[in-house]
Amino acid sequence: MNIWIAIGVTAVGCYAVKLVGLLVPEGVLERPLVRRLAALLPVALLAALTAQQTFADGRVLVLDAKAAGLAAAALALLLRAPFLLVVAAAVVVTAGVRAMTG
Amino acid sequence: MRAGVPTVRCVAEQTALEETSGGGGAKPDPAVVRDALGVGVAVGLSGFAFGVTSAGSGLTLTQTCALSLLVFTGASQFALVGALAAGGNPLTAAAGAFFLGVRNAFYGLRLSQLLALPRAVRPFAAQWVIDETAAVALAQPSRRAARIGFTVTGLSLYVLWNLTTLLGAVGAEALGNIEAWGLDAAGPAVFLALLAPMVRTAVERAVACLAVVLVLGLLPVLPAGVPVLVAALAAPAVLWVRGRRRAAMDDGGMPMDDDARGTGR
Repeated sequence: MNIWIAIGVTAVGCYAVKLVGLLVPEGVLERPLVRRLAALLPVALLAALTAQQTFADGRVLVLDAKAAGLAAAALALLLRAPFLLVVAAAVVVTAGVRAMTG
Repeated sequence: MRAGVPTVRCVAEQTALEETSGGGGAKPDPAVVRDALGVGVAVGLSGFAFGVTSAGSGLTLTQTCALSLLVFTGASQFALVGALAAGGNPLTAAAGAFFLGVRNAFYGLRLSQLLALPRAVRPFAAQWVIDETAAVALAQPSRRAARIGFTVTGLSLYVLWNLTTLLGAVGAEALGNIEAWGLDAAGPAVFLALLAPMVRTAVERAVACLAVVLVLGLLPVLPAGVPVLVAALAAPAVLWVRGRRRAAMDDGGMPMDDDARGTGR
């Protein structure tokens, strides 16, 4: 039930912000500070989420095969690999390291 | 869900609004459709990673598919299932996903001028206002091309994303332990791929670094899901520090830092 609440709130919230963009008059959200913040908010959230999902197991910090997988993804990004290849690199390297280290 | 199109996007940022207002573009429709399908198919396939991740996080098939159908903005979906898997409170988890979705409002602002949709159509078009449709539509030279680009990208991506979500969720059950396959690395890799094109200036790097420090430092002491929300404060914090420093430099007559790039986003 908790999961359905989370899904419902997220769905309504995310749809609402999409619609707001299409409906509000030009100029309301176009103030420089608001735009700057809107551009930087995803940077902060995505960086935090990447770090958390790579280095956290519950509330404990860990360094495991996923870190190697993420390093492979970072390398693929530096080499300008397409999106799917970046994700595949992380998955394959993580699985490989786990298979080798048991 | 915006990776793979950073170049399209950069071009869009620079050229879209002034060029489209002229409206005299001569790009043939099939070329627009081809561009749009390229983005829609490439990104649509990554719904598979979401389906697997979501199922691996303990969501049911119905819940996983409901997310792709109703939320339809990839980063928010990944964030939500990640937060739920970590044992976060549902509202905390939803808040993180919501804040990630806020950027779509700014795409909507630009698209509403560009596409000039009738008011009655807007509630239906809204669900497709995401990174990829905005990138493709804003890169087009005319209103007609932008409308075609938006519609074809939106439709192909929506259909494929939901189809591959279903396949991924079903596949995850067949795969069993997704960690043995390394599939738990898909979520963070998606975030990294989304993040990479956003981090170009010194300010953006500072925000990313501060957010990482905050989230890893607070993880052991705060309830699940909350550290990510606190880490979001890195954005206003860095802006505030930079504003103060800039003001101080102006007083001293020093040159300002050169990170004014990126303000167009």
